[in-house]
Amino acid sequence: MYKIAVLGDRDSIYGFAALGLEVFPVAGPEEGARALRNLCEQEYAVVYITEALSAQLGPELERCRENLLPAVIPIPGVHSNTGMGIQMVKRSVEQAVGSDIIFNEK
Amino acid sequence: MASKQITPTRMELTRLKKKLATATRGHKLLKDKRDELMRQFLDKVRENKRLRERVEAGIQAANKNFLLARAGMQDQVLNTALLAPKQRVSVESEVENVMSVEIPKFTFQTRSPDENDIFSYGFAFTSSDLDGAVQSLADVFPDMLALAECEKGCQLMAVEIEKTRRRVNALEHVMIPELQENIKYISMKLDENERSTQIRLMKVKDMMLQEAHGYETF
Repeated sequence: MYKIAVLGDRDSIYGFAALGLEVFPVAGPEEGARALRNLCEQEYAVVYITEALSAQLGPELERCRENLLPAVIPIPGVHSNTGMGIQMVKRSVEQAVGSDIIFNEK
Repeated sequence: MASKQITPTRMELTRLKKKLATATRGHKLLKDKRDELMRQFLDKVRENKRLRERVEAGIQAANKNFLLARAGMQDQVLNTALLAPKQRVSVESEVENVMSVEIPKFTFQTRSPDENDIFSYGFAFTSSDLDGAVQSLADVFPDMLALAECEKGCQLMAVEIEKTRRRVNALEHVMIPELQENIKYISMKLDENERSTQIRLMKVKDMMLQEAHGYETF
């Protein structure tokens, strides 16, 4: 039985606590990296992470990318939508196809 | 290719021919795998894009609501309200096999049977904006879970497609031409050897005939 975690700055994520997800407010990238590493080793199936934080955790995210669990998913935070989530999807397409054919078709 | 030392023997030729047959078959199979993976990946990634757009819009709307709720309430009250969540979500993860890529499949369960049992506070001291905010987040949550499943699947499939593509290309452009070249080289060499043996034998025969009977054959 797995759990779901939400990682990011407190203002962006406290609402998720009401839904029954576990929230881990972190202040900076170092703390975030440590928290993410911890979560990866525990029984979490999904880790939602704010885009602002995930932009600062490049290598850590790469490490999680090829493992089956957890799924690390960027979500927009309260301050802005940096487009990081869409960037990750684009990267997947580029990796698989060789060039981005999904987001250019508009 | 003559860059590598190969021994022009019949045994080597048989070995190479077998290897070529395996390589050709492997190439065909891998190419089929790549095509099918690609088809499924493209379907999935379109779904991923759709879900992501919806989730991002939903979360942004919810964040706006939360901002409003915070503006109308004291921080302490808000913290207390959300301090002890009533609901708890747990996820069951199964592994689905798509063309030998293992992708996770999530089903989530809530602790209390009523999914709408999300308000962990009495309504007396909190602003009604908070109720709306929590509700809007709850509405987007099923999509978030679908997104997690879909996006992880896409990432894993992308890795596998990249690997398969490299293998197909290596077989198609390196392995198979090299093997064909080597096979050609060996069979040419063997033919050449055979011709030279033939000539040598003819020559010896001529010499023997001349010695025995004084024939002049050339």
